Amino acid sequence: MANRTPLYEAHVAAGAKIVDFAGWEMPINYGSQIEEHHQVRRDAGMFDVSHMRAVDVAGKDAQAYLRRLVANDVAKLTLPGKALYSCMLKEDGGVIDDLIIYFFTPERYRVVVNAGTADKDLAWMRAQAAGFAVTVGDRPELAMIAVQGPQARERFWTAFPVARAQTVLLQPFQAAEWDGWLVARTGYTGEDGFEITLPAADAIEVWDKLKAAGIAPIGLGARDTLRLEAGMNLYGQDMDESQNPLESGLTWTVDFKDAGRDFIGRKALEALKPTRQFLGLLLLDRGVLRAHQKVVTAKGDGETTSGSFAPTLDKSIALARVPVGVAIGDIVEVEVRDKRLKAKVVKPSFARNGKSLIQE
Amino acid sequence: MTSPANLKYTSSHEWAKLEADGTVTIGITDHAQEALGDIVFLELPDAGRTLKAGEECAVVESVKAASDIYAPIAGEVIEANQAAVDAPESVNQDAYGTWLFKLKPANAADLDKLLDAAAYEKVASEG
Repeated sequence: MANRTPLYEAHVAAGAKIVDFAGWEMPINYGSQIEEHHQVRRDAGMFDVSHMRAVDVAGKDAQAYLRRLVANDVAKLTLPGKALYSCMLKEDGGVIDDLIIYFFTPERYRVVVNAGTADKDLAWMRAQAAGFAVTVGDRPELAMIAVQGPQARERFWTAFPVARAQTVLLQPFQAAEWDGWLVARTGYTGEDGFEITLPAADAIEVWDKLKAAGIAPIGLGARDTLRLEAGMNLYGQDMDESQNPLESGLTWTVDFKDAGRDFIGRKALEALKPTRQFLGLLLLDRGVLRAHQKVVTAKGDGETTSGSFAPTLDKSIALARVPVGVAIGDIVEVEVRDKRLKAKVVKPSFARNGKSLIQE
Repeated sequence: MTSPANLKYTSSHEWAKLEADGTVTIGITDHAQEALGDIVFLELPDAGRTLKAGEECAVVESVKAASDIYAPIAGEVIEANQAAVDAPESVNQDAYGTWLFKLKPANAADLDKLLDAAAYEKVASEG
């Protein structure tokens, strides 16, 4: 039996095409995925992301525990509400999941993990808690709605005028908490906006008010092309337990600075000499790149990890793991069915804030 | 959308239409375009290529996925629809008005072996 979010009925009523996503019945689109993509880049859209799991980490050792648990360093979070993106690694450096951690006090944090890995993550987090004075509290009863796009914040304030004072000064990657809501200036689209965590019982009413304020419902299909254009990794596709962050474009999320901090996976990463790097591809020939296609380069073969048509660019793009030595600007070939198509190696960030970042 | 009665269909969701000049135009059904979502790329067979019935001969790619197209009947490709290649979204907008390629059939009677509209709708409704 598939899981449903508190907004399932609203999606069906809005004409959504429902698909299975990590065991959840989720809207893939409400009509045209491309139109939904443009809606977010140009105006404002909202996503039901209630399938993602909130986990509260609390207790005297909360900070020490998280400094051991994840590869980024929560000690750099000092401003209440500040958020940090990180990988949670195995001892061998493989990525268990990528997640966001919100800081409230050194004894209280909120962690948000992916839906498909939530049960595995919780089991791992609880196993690692041994010896620390912390509780790892699952919060499956919370709903999450992401409002994204250049007009998203204004429209959110139109729908909830009271929230303006709480959120108008939030910087990117910062959140405010009040009355059981957590509103963070974060997202997965490369656009400005908020991610709102709220009690499930309020979800429908909030969704309807946001819709009335002109924020259009957007399915998971457009969410994927938006994050791909923004060059954001998707767990299970761009990295997983068989890949390490240093070869997945996530070196910036691994914090080695405090030599005394023994985070899980550190030894393996320090011993690793990366042979592959994570870059973007812009297809020059006609066609569409997809995940798991062979990339032929002068330095050896690589593989695409995500690929699609990019509506903002009106071209096809991909993220790819290619041998070290391949450089930005190189022309490579991607095997698509029985053909080899030419692609240009680019920085893995294709479009953000409504605009293409690719220089022709 | 109801499937037009003047077309023939395959269980792999192609339609075939016998034109007045004896050629056969081929496209994908409305059910197929609906399932694929926004179509962004078409790879169509070159004119002159000889196709067997059921042969993989074209690819329709949506944002979501790539889907193979099979020749409903045997014949020689006379023309690929360049207008559709230039505007793949026209398949979403009008699946039955947008042919993909045109065949000179090896045997026009082969069309009789394909599904009629009622039989196709039964196939489509069963997924």
